[in-house]
Amino acid sequence: MATAEDMAKTQRNISVAEFFEKNRHLLGFDNKQKALLTTIKEAVDNSLDACEEAEILPEISIEIIDMGNDRFRVIIEDNGPGIVKKQVPHIFARLLYGSKFHSLKQSRGQQGIGISASVMYAQLTTGRPAKVTSKILSKSQAYYCEVFLDTATNLPKLVHESEKEWNKDHGTRIEIDLEAQYKRGRQSVDEYIKQTAIVNPHATIIYTNPKAEQFIFPRASEVVPDAAKEILPHPYGVELGMLHKMITTSDERTISSFLQNNFSRVSSSVAKTICENASILLNQKPKEMSRPMIEKLHEGIKKTKIMAPPTDCINPIGAELIEKGIKKEINAEFYTSVTRSPSVYRGNPFVIEAAIAYGGDIPADNTIQIMRFANRVPLLFQQNAGAIAKSIMETNFKAYGLQQSRSSIPSGPAIVLIHMASVWTPYTSEAKEAIAHYDEIIKEIKLAIQECGRALAMYVNKRKRLKDELKKKSYIETYLPFIGSSLSELLDINKIEQDNVTEILSDILEDSRAHNKLENSLDKFKEKAKQLKSVSDFTYEENDDALEEEKGEEE
Amino acid sequence: MINNDSAEKVKEKITNVAKNIYDSILSRKLPKLNMPLRSLNNVAYKEDKGYFELLGKFKSRTLTAATVKTFAQTLLMMSESKKLVNSADIATKREMYYISKNWGDARFKEQPESDTVMDDIEAMLLVNREQIGFIPEEKGGDVAGNLIVIDKDEETNSELKIDCTKFGSGSYSVPSSVEHLKFETKAKFILAIETAGMYQRLVKHKFWKTANCILISLGGVPTRACRRFIRRLSDSHDLPVYGFTDGDPYGYLNIYRTLKVGSGNAAHINQYFCVPNAKFFGITPKDILDYKLPTHPLKDIDIKRIKDGIKNDPFVRAYKPWQKALEDQVKLKKRAEQQALAKHGLNFVISDYLPAKIEDDKTWLP
Repeated sequence: MATAEDMAKTQRNISVAEFFEKNRHLLGFDNKQKALLTTIKEAVDNSLDACEEAEILPEISIEIIDMGNDRFRVIIEDNGPGIVKKQVPHIFARLLYGSKFHSLKQSRGQQGIGISASVMYAQLTTGRPAKVTSKILSKSQAYYCEVFLDTATNLPKLVHESEKEWNKDHGTRIEIDLEAQYKRGRQSVDEYIKQTAIVNPHATIIYTNPKAEQFIFPRASEVVPDAAKEILPHPYGVELGMLHKMITTSDERTISSFLQNNFSRVSSSVAKTICENASILLNQKPKEMSRPMIEKLHEGIKKTKIMAPPTDCINPIGAELIEKGIKKEINAEFYTSVTRSPSVYRGNPFVIEAAIAYGGDIPADNTIQIMRFANRVPLLFQQNAGAIAKSIMETNFKAYGLQQSRSSIPSGPAIVLIHMASVWTPYTSEAKEAIAHYDEIIKEIKLAIQECGRALAMYVNKRKRLKDELKKKSYIETYLPFIGSSLSELLDINKIEQDNVTEILSDILEDSRAHNKLENSLDKFKEKAKQLKSVSDFTYEENDDALEEEKGEEE
Repeated sequence: MINNDSAEKVKEKITNVAKNIYDSILSRKLPKLNMPLRSLNNVAYKEDKGYFELLGKFKSRTLTAATVKTFAQTLLMMSESKKLVNSADIATKREMYYISKNWGDARFKEQPESDTVMDDIEAMLLVNREQIGFIPEEKGGDVAGNLIVIDKDEETNSELKIDCTKFGSGSYSVPSSVEHLKFETKAKFILAIETAGMYQRLVKHKFWKTANCILISLGGVPTRACRRFIRRLSDSHDLPVYGFTDGDPYGYLNIYRTLKVGSGNAAHINQYFCVPNAKFFGITPKDILDYKLPTHPLKDIDIKRIKDGIKNDPFVRAYKPWQKALEDQVKLKKRAEQQALAKHGLNFVISDYLPAKIEDDKTWLP
């Protein structure tokens, strides 16, 4: 029987790296196919973020080489600002190292786990180090190193480093050998790169797949998106644990100044109200606060009315650029897009953007394709989970000319794109596959879809009208001659008279149709005027499928 | 023929419709086809006349892009009908549907389409479809009893006397056209029976002999020919007609009502295709209680049908006893079949039920 002392001998600190080694699915390495995608995704996210921060138009090359036996070499090279020599090993071979976790600003990566997890996965499956080349503008030579991640200490272990000639002003290149599997389809690397090109219309991406086929996604915009601004967290968004950590590590002398300096929208009077609501003295020293006091402070924040956070820290792609992005990658008949104004969930500002592409090369007999993005990163997995799928299922797409059975994903020749730009994206899990269900987020997504949907409905109805028009016309041309011929048989009239009557009939039918149409548009105009008078938000186009019914049967 | 409309007059009617269309087009107006609306909404019932009479509601079909196909088909069929009348020939409804296969794009896809156009033409010209050369597929019904039907031999033009007592366990069958038939009979009444099963029982035990009557099997809702046969037979020898159906809304409101006053769909010719002097023997809702018959529950759709009948059927609205009977059945929530009488013995219907009905006219419904 083991004693407590025996057990103590085997109880020891588990390093973060060891933990992740045993729980790789948490980071998106569940299977070989996903491992390939995650590796490329993390590297590309880093490249795009770095270019944006340095205001460089990104040019990224991605190459996958099949080395047989389920081994692949992934090479990603960018024209970003480069990384200073000292930081290179830490960025690529140390988990949870980075600048992003502690800041609240819109960026692709969030936790700083990404690329180093890939490096760790690679060395676990193939035993090879990551090979990194990076050059910054001020240096004439590039820095090259080969690095492992020590899973026991979570520290980089260099096996080789040198200076190197590189015919590039600046940039970073990483080469990773890993066990993987390459497949095409909706959750493939191909799809990820296509979707990335759509929401990053300012980037040029050159992609070579394992079959040695090269695809070039040229940029559609010459404007680098503004670098995102960093903001302080809003008090409403802070969780008790985080608040505890912030308070116990704070050097502020009073709780009032702590609140004012660490949160946005907290003035001295707001800080005073919070303290009153929490029954805490304004000059309480943060470091000396007990856990119950911190809990009281957390309650106090909830009871206090605080202005919504600033929203100018969000950089949406913009409706026009999204449309450009889709247009260059998807051949459709109709495109529409919208960028909503900023909104807030739990103290975090966010913006929802949506676009719909319809018809053309998009297959009509399947459910619609949903492209989901968070801070310009495609979300390829768990298509039917999360706030975006929920919003789509709860929107009535029948009104927009698509098919949909009750509360499910609609079908038809359409692609719906949703982008959430935010300082902090709430995912449903660490694998960052779906956005969590916050009422505020769902509401914004629905409004964005509805706006696009109305534009789509107008287009679809117009198209249907034209089609019906053509059908009616051919209908007339098909059956009119029979009326002529049977009249000729019934009345014994000659061929000339028969042709004459058929022609006149065709004539007056056309006239009456033109007349009907005129009356219909007049009616619609009147209705429109009426609605404009009564309703300020003028949305009548939504129900505009009242096709001009020509009154055939009347009693 | 029925309307005394000669073939010439029918042809004239067809030509007039065509002429109107032609003139309308030449004067640059969209042509219209006018026909009486054929539904229960457009019929009235008057007891003294005894049949559903057409009210003045018309529907007009204007030629538009949406109606051009039906319009063309109507004219094509009229043209076909004119040819039939000219050559004194006939075509069945099914044959007409196949003739349309020569019409190229204007052909009918299914026979119901063709039948609808035929009904439209019939109503538009206010004639019976036999007059425009079309005959139904269906036959009239089965007859057995004290009756001699006098038909004509088409070849020799001599009289054919058909004795309806001499079919043994079989029956004389009502032809699709009955206008030329004559009758000899000493029977006292006609019994019109819904189901073939009940009819067979009565024939087998020669009920027509014991009761001195004529038995006719309707086989569901009676066809026009069957209705016309009963009507002519009844008129020619002043014979009362008694209906005997299942005790359910279908038996009352579809079978018996159509026999007595005609249907909404054939409103323009009901005058000739109904038997206004018919009375209803049973099974009445009261019979169900009096004879303690085994029953089935009424379905929701039956109850709906009854309520709709009480509210909208002009026939029911004209007869208090029917309204009461139908209301009783809704309360009862039960229906009974003719064969349910077998509970009291297979021949109870012959030995007790029908004789009792014949005796007591208070157990009838109008």
